[in-house]
Amino acid sequence: MPYFGSEEMVKELKRALSNPNVQADRLRYKNYITKVIRYMTQGLDVSALFMDMVKASATVDIAQKKLVYLYMCTYASDKPDLALLAINTLRKDCADPNPMVRGLALRNMCNFRMPGMTEYIEQPIVAGLRDKASYVRRVAVLGCAKMHSLQPNTDIDGTIVNELYALLRDPDPVVVVNCLRALEEILKDEGGVVINKPIAHHLLNRMKDLDSWAQSEVLTFLLRYRPRSDDELFDILSLLDSFLQSAHAHVAVATLRLFLQLASAHPAVQADALLCTSAPLLATCGAASRELRFAGLCHVQQVMRSQPGLFGTHYKRFFCGYSEPTYIKFRKMEILVELVNDENVALVLEELRSYCTDVSPELAQAAIAAIGRIAQTYSEKCLDILTGLLALKQDHITSAVIQMFRDLVWFCPQSTAAVCQTVEACVDSPQDSEGKQALLWLLGEHGDQISSAPYVMEGYIDGLKTELSSAVKMELLTASVKMFLCRPAETQDMLGRLLHYCIEEESDVCVRDRALLCYRLLQRGVEETRKVVTGPKSDPSMSVLTGRQEEPISQWASTFNTLGPLSGCDLCPQTAVISAADQPSSSAEKELLPESTDVTLSSPDDTEEEISLSLGPPLSHETFEKMWLDLEILQRQTMGFPRPRTALDTLQAALQLVKIQTLAFTPGATVPWKAYIYTRSTGTLILAELLQGDQHAPGIDESLVVSVKQQPVNQHAIRGFVSILKGVLGDVW
Amino acid sequence: MISQIFILSSKGDHLIYKDYHIIMKHFRGEASKDSINVFYEMVTALSGDQTPVVMVHLCSHKDLHFIHVRQGGLYWVASTKTNPSPFTIIEFLNRLAALTKDYCGSLSEKSVRMNFALIYELLDEMVDFGYIQTTSTDILKNFIQTEAVSSKPFSLFDLSNVGLFGAETQQSKVAPSVAASRPIMSSRGEQSGKNEIFVDVIERLSVVIGSKGVLMKSDIQGEIRIKCFLPTSSEMRIGLNEELSIGKSQQKGYSSAVRVDECRFHQAVKLDEFDTFRILKVCPSQGEQTVMQYQLCDELPCAPPFQLFPSVQKDYYIVTSQLLFFTFSCSTALNVSITVPVPKGSVSMSQELSSPDQTAELQPKNKALLWEIPRFPGGAQLSALFKVDVPGLSSASLLEVGPVSMSFELAKQTCSGLQIRFLRLAPTQTGLSQRWVRYVTHSDSYTIRI
Repeated sequence: MPYFGSEEMVKELKRALSNPNVQADRLRYKNYITKVIRYMTQGLDVSALFMDMVKASATVDIAQKKLVYLYMCTYASDKPDLALLAINTLRKDCADPNPMVRGLALRNMCNFRMPGMTEYIEQPIVAGLRDKASYVRRVAVLGCAKMHSLQPNTDIDGTIVNELYALLRDPDPVVVVNCLRALEEILKDEGGVVINKPIAHHLLNRMKDLDSWAQSEVLTFLLRYRPRSDDELFDILSLLDSFLQSAHAHVAVATLRLFLQLASAHPAVQADALLCTSAPLLATCGAASRELRFAGLCHVQQVMRSQPGLFGTHYKRFFCGYSEPTYIKFRKMEILVELVNDENVALVLEELRSYCTDVSPELAQAAIAAIGRIAQTYSEKCLDILTGLLALKQDHITSAVIQMFRDLVWFCPQSTAAVCQTVEACVDSPQDSEGKQALLWLLGEHGDQISSAPYVMEGYIDGLKTELSSAVKMELLTASVKMFLCRPAETQDMLGRLLHYCIEEESDVCVRDRALLCYRLLQRGVEETRKVVTGPKSDPSMSVLTGRQEEPISQWASTFNTLGPLSGCDLCPQTAVISAADQPSSSAEKELLPESTDVTLSSPDDTEEEISLSLGPPLSHETFEKMWLDLEILQRQTMGFPRPRTALDTLQAALQLVKIQTLAFTPGATVPWKAYIYTRSTGTLILAELLQGDQHAPGIDESLVVSVKQQPVNQHAIRGFVSILKGVLGDVW
Repeated sequence: MISQIFILSSKGDHLIYKDYHIIMKHFRGEASKDSINVFYEMVTALSGDQTPVVMVHLCSHKDLHFIHVRQGGLYWVASTKTNPSPFTIIEFLNRLAALTKDYCGSLSEKSVRMNFALIYELLDEMVDFGYIQTTSTDILKNFIQTEAVSSKPFSLFDLSNVGLFGAETQQSKVAPSVAASRPIMSSRGEQSGKNEIFVDVIERLSVVIGSKGVLMKSDIQGEIRIKCFLPTSSEMRIGLNEELSIGKSQQKGYSSAVRVDECRFHQAVKLDEFDTFRILKVCPSQGEQTVMQYQLCDELPCAPPFQLFPSVQKDYYIVTSQLLFFTFSCSTALNVSITVPVPKGSVSMSQELSSPDQTAELQPKNKALLWEIPRFPGGAQLSALFKVDVPGLSSASLLEVGPVSMSFELAKQTCSGLQIRFLRLAPTQTGLSQRWVRYVTHSDSYTIRI
């Protein structure tokens, strides 16, 4: 930040630096130079002093030289003509008997970023590459990269590249690593430095001499080496085995990444490596530096995507420390939810319960959400805790608990009765719009089981004028209509008032439209309305989607030990594009849409060209779930044969053969039986649900129904997909 | 590859700024000094649940990633345009902070400001063109010319350090607490008498005690750290407890064997005598380094250091009485602070404390009351009675009391029982050298449920 009176300051410094008395007094002179650097750091423009600083570079005091060089490197590109004056001194220093002076001068000369610099630095760099002192060689090697970056578009100098490849055999470890770095920069356009077998083995043998920074960098370079045979692969891995347990987390993690990549064909080796590294990874999760902790946690999460059981016994390590920052606590809670099993569920829940009263509302809500997710598996225990929290009568807690109830009822219909009882007893109502929507949904959907439901709703209708959120109003409309269907006597009057207000006085167009829709529906008669408004009350099979399945390691290995997991954008680009293309449509609107139109498949006698399916990049559960909810059913069809009798993995393998990926399915014996599958075909993504024994579509209870959704729509591809699917299923049966 | 490294004060002042890829003039301004301000705006605008460690600044040609750590109240930031290993960058920044501490004596805004020339010099040698060259003091000391300017002996930093390693003066053979916070490179003149070496055993304890006094989680993260002021390095032998056993599998005898689950060593440590005699051989380089890290989970060899017997009653007020018992008899706990969450909307509090040096205060903003005990002698027992006035008290309000969290320091005490039997320097070492062994246990997180 420039300070006031900065020009004055520069002038004063200029006077002082050119004062012969000051120049004679070395200490005072140096003090002024220090002052210049201090102002430079603060952001003051002191480039006007360049001339005086060049003079100051001619000194025997190395500390002063360093300061002046720092100044010159910063401003050389602003004052190229003056910088040329300094080059003579620098070139002279490059021939100094003291290697430290030689290295210093060479390094700073290469840091001058101005056009035409190459002709001055080329000769000293080439001389530096053959210097006796390793310090100078280190500097010279990187100097080659700097020289290349000065003129990025010129041809690559073959002799320098060869010289650098030769220097990979240098006795000094830092020179070796610098060579790799320099070659990587210079050969960037050709794909970087080539790691062939001799180089790879040479590097592996030098690993022990390198310091930890160089080790992790070399490990990253080795990622691009592919061993020729399994024997060679195992030789390499056994050489690197000890580095998995390195005291430096960055070395251990870099080694793990290399193991995962090299041993991609040997899952057992990968599992062993993960087991080995779990200790250092866990240690970083408890490191003193909270930033390191965070990085560790993010990577533990990645590993857990494929090996959820790896950290199961260490769940206590992920209990939050009370002084930890919120972002670490969030990560730990996410991990805890994944680690829950029969043995530890009680302890984990007790721990999460104690976070629910945290002073930070965000943290409390996240803890409640975590309990809500565990509730999908262990509903009874969690319901007790959530009900207990309602007694606290704090807005943010109540709202979060009600939202969890909504999700729980949707995923686990068996808990409906208990939830309704609790909601009935809950006197406190949520204050934020998210919570209100959740409560209204519960009231509308299960109004028959909550005796006080109409009265609670009446309260909302009376307070409509002060309600700000249009989403709440829309939810209120839908919920009131549903309530009217099951308890008409109590609801009729207030529904009338609600519709009247929303149609006559409401300014928000969406709310008005929704109200008009409800009104017209009701005009058509109750039965008609019921057909449209009531959808399924729950969808237990969707929880199959939210429960994670083990992913293959290859899915995340490429982003392991990069910034990706930390900044939370490790989605593969493909899915990001798809979700961006999704049309926004709220789930509430979908409820009101008529049931899907049944389309019968046109007989395959018309000449239909062959359609090819492909798997493409894998789809994550979250993406699938989101798309499934957002898209409409394009086609629903009865298959004509009953549920699968074969083992499910046979079915999965059979589908895989024709390039249809199975994402999730319910275990064999359950009714209704469901499976979610997807595939790609000529630019379109097809999602499908196989369903048997659906109580909402009676009559066809024994045969399999397939519902197809697609993005973007391509009827031809759907027809092809269905006929292929039919063929496979017919074969398996 | 690192593009820039900078150090900012907590107020956003630029203390150090080093650009390793000074970009040619025509697209300057993209990633030059402005990025410091961009970073500071981003980091101060973050809300609590966002992750500050890695932040992305979307530039027109390539995204700039900021990775930062906070040490000594300062932001240590590296920016990069590539996608490097986060562990490397974070550990490097931590190492930079540690080196700064070694060279400047202490780590604070003031010491960084005073020694900025020295830090520039360090950065110049540590990183070239954005690539890490070396961080070892053995190599660096040959190149560093600037001498450290020590901040005055009396500073706030020293105050906070008082007692950290036992400012107990009853015992004469205790190093003064500020002894270790001085620059490793001293002026050539006053070299004599400063040949000191400190070996610290530092443990961080995280414990969760359940509502019935059951130990639910206990976790010790320990390390042996050497801070060496010897000008030349020679081999040093550190003898640990002979009965130390490592790993869960090893059989435990009848004796009270000291056990750790796993341990990892600095790569320079020679372990040839470790298996039989539990001796670590190391040539310490100047400055601070961690020679051994160990951890012990789920099994404390001793009782947890503090036991709390809380009782909470609902009256017209909420009455909580706390009885705190310090189980270790030979140690002293310092800076003990106990946080008791109280119900939302608590207005006032009255207290009865058992001794005058304790303080307690209600912090309505944090929904907590804070009870502080500056010094807690071993084996003692303290009690406190708090009456908290909560308008609209209901039985559910009691749910909000707890869990109690504590923070403290235990001097001269390790919870794992790991001891240093002896510390021998090679006989070739000339000159008088003083050796200090210090033990300290910090509470990482000590939670007691009610």
